[in-house]
Amino acid sequence: MAESKQSAEATVSDVQKKIRAAFEAFDYESNNTVDVREIGTIIYSLGCFPSQADLHDLIAEVEEDQTGYIHLDSFLPVMSKDLLLQAFEVLDKEKRGYLEPEELTKYMTQEGEIFTQEEMDEMLTALADHEKNVVYYKDLINQLTIDPDM
Amino acid sequence: MGCGMGKSEPLLKKCHQAISAALLIQRWYRQHVARLEMRRRCTWNIFQSIEYAGEQDQIKLYNFFGFLMDHFTPASSERNLISHIFRKNEICRDTEWERYFCYKSIEVTKIYTGPHLTFPMMFCGVSKLVEAFKHKEQLHARYVLQLLGETWRLLRTFPNISHVIACHTKQITICGDLHGHLEDLLLIFYKNGLPSSDKPYVFNGDFVDRGKNSLEILLILFGFLLVYPNDVHLNRGNHEDHIVNLRYGFTKEVLGKYRVHGKKILKLLQMIFSWLPLATVIDNKVLIVHGGISDTTDLDKIACVDRQKYASALRPPKMKVHGCMTKMNENREREACGQWKAGVDSAPDHWHDLPRRSLNNTPVCSKLDLSVDEKLNRRCRLSGFDQARCELKNSDSYLESKTTETDLDEWKQIVDMLWSDPMPQNGCIPNEVRGGGCYWGPDVTEEVLRRNNLQLLIRSHECKQDGYEFCHNRRVITIFSASNYYEVGSNRGAFIRMGPDLVPHFIQYQASTTCRELTLRQSVGWTERSALQALRKQLFVHRSDLISAFQEFDPNNKGMISVTHWASTTERVLNLGLPWRVLRPQLVSSTQHGMMDYQQWIKELSITEPKLEISDNNILDTMYKNHSNLETIFRIIDTDHSGLISFKEFHQTWELLRSHLKTEISAKAIADLAQSIDFNKDGSIDINEFLEAFRLVDISAHN
Repeated sequence: MAESKQSAEATVSDVQKKIRAAFEAFDYESNNTVDVREIGTIIYSLGCFPSQADLHDLIAEVEEDQTGYIHLDSFLPVMSKDLLLQAFEVLDKEKRGYLEPEELTKYMTQEGEIFTQEEMDEMLTALADHEKNVVYYKDLINQLTIDPDM
Repeated sequence: MGCGMGKSEPLLKKCHQAISAALLIQRWYRQHVARLEMRRRCTWNIFQSIEYAGEQDQIKLYNFFGFLMDHFTPASSERNLISHIFRKNEICRDTEWERYFCYKSIEVTKIYTGPHLTFPMMFCGVSKLVEAFKHKEQLHARYVLQLLGETWRLLRTFPNISHVIACHTKQITICGDLHGHLEDLLLIFYKNGLPSSDKPYVFNGDFVDRGKNSLEILLILFGFLLVYPNDVHLNRGNHEDHIVNLRYGFTKEVLGKYRVHGKKILKLLQMIFSWLPLATVIDNKVLIVHGGISDTTDLDKIACVDRQKYASALRPPKMKVHGCMTKMNENREREACGQWKAGVDSAPDHWHDLPRRSLNNTPVCSKLDLSVDEKLNRRCRLSGFDQARCELKNSDSYLESKTTETDLDEWKQIVDMLWSDPMPQNGCIPNEVRGGGCYWGPDVTEEVLRRNNLQLLIRSHECKQDGYEFCHNRRVITIFSASNYYEVGSNRGAFIRMGPDLVPHFIQYQASTTCRELTLRQSVGWTERSALQALRKQLFVHRSDLISAFQEFDPNNKGMISVTHWASTTERVLNLGLPWRVLRPQLVSSTQHGMMDYQQWIKELSITEPKLEISDNNILDTMYKNHSNLETIFRIIDTDHSGLISFKEFHQTWELLRSHLKTEISAKAIADLAQSIDFNKDGSIDINEFLEAFRLVDISAHN
């Protein structure tokens, strides 16, 4: 299992590296920006195949004020957000859009960089919907974006 | 949007996926929590800095009054306005006081629906009182005066330091600042039980101010004190002080709740406060005191002082020092220029150690002209403490110089006990952030504990996120019992339970049902918004100073300034010791290439203008900056506590403030202002209306 974990770790940072590398390939002026028309190509090269509508949404989210350019700083978190969403979807096999606390607990406390019980309790308090007692991960990801500046 | 993946996956790949997924989620969550924690600490700093700056302000104002008292001729009308706050407790005979505070003539009529008390106070009486306050009832003035009278009589029999022996069968409970938060006291009683001979309590000062139920807390604590005088111990805090109360809300609360008898109640409380014991010692091993200690703390000396002489710890007894006070005013101006403050530029590595006060975190870097030591020495000199003693020793023009020096010594002991704060570095330096007492280091803790044969110091005075905190190698505990002190969700409260083994156990809590349901993220966001609001108000209030300071870096008047200059200048003007660069994203909406438009930024602070038409900007600015000072002065001048002052008094208030601040405000401007706020044109000004009109409202709060 240890090797899997190591390679899994590698996968995570690998992915970030891959995104950067793909981006750089199209960054002609070496200023961390790419033409918006190239975004589709970049994303396909990463092994992802979004629909046109999805692609359109993504571009709307990251384009710099109609300039026709996209900056790496905007792109990375969105891609990361997307990866995060996929991560949750891997755990949510039935694609219900949420995770039960027990399911999440199982993964967090048994896989990867294991959470302590205390951390787990805290996570559930922070993330679980109080009424339904499930974790609606899609909303959470949108609300808690990772800001590369901070 | 999703990546294309084949439906049939080899098992290994599935495991691999799950691990990667878990890892990603874990990393994301941990990063999120770390950022939240960083934001929480930053917010904390903001509140704390503004709070302490307010305390410092208060002390400066009071020092200014002292200066006036000493330097104006007796006939001066300004002096007369404020002289009554300095009048020492006249050496009245007890019978005279008894007559003054007599409650017997106050009748309790049938319309009164609150609790009825009988004396001597018994357990059922005080628990009835607790229940009544729980149901938001108010105690009749007659009973208030009676209860306070009994308390006063009892406190006079207590020594300066209460000694408690820990007993095999009982645990002793120690509570910190309550600050009028009745809900916290009730929560403590709920969790821990009411005080009794089986359940001794120590309450470590600051029962009043800020919260809305300071009086109810006092009445409950005094009630229990009367019933169990050997098992309930009260220590005096820096807020058990009528001068401080003028500013921080207790005076207002009492006068609001008791319109007819409020003044008497306040006077009686003034005396009671001066009779509160200064410290408690458990088993001769654990010292409990509100603020802390200094390198000169001497428990034997403290045991001998005549504590009731110090109605307010802010003023030394009969201090007539010639050169000293002027020096202090000079120093104040130097402070305003912030010459000793290097632009504290918090780099990200300092995030885990955010500067609580710039004093503790001034980095030694090449930009500074002085070494850290030199700067610390300068601060010592600037504080005026040493100055006062020097001047005193050198002068020989008073007959009572000997007594005065002992008095000064005593006074320092008391102020240090009530106002000091611990610091991480060794040494002992004046506490300039608060304006009174010291900052003392771990070496001083060791020395004072050793000298007095003690093993632990428990103090309060500072709000702590988790309700308590250890420092100085776990030899000092700070215990704070007012939860949600800065804002709903800002912090927990805590109390200590200690058995005969003298090992402290902590119980934490947070009052208010709403905040318990808030998620971590929400409560941080809420508190943060509140802190930023408070900060924006401070910035707005200083906008003229800020703009002139910014213009120094904008010689061509382009209206732009670099972010670096913005940060260092804002710190220089506001003097709050905050990490402005870290706060920038939340205070400044946009920057271009590291530059910002400062005029636009000030506009964007979104603070509304007052409802009145005032053309003189100088007055406006002064009003905003000195809101609390003005209120304090008003309340002092309004001797009959009617809430109204005459035009003449209003004018005199401004005169006082003007001399204190050395600003230029024309007499005409003040007269115009007076006219415009006399809403009903009856020749007098309603204090509350006046202050309300100038209360800053953050319009962005409505978004």
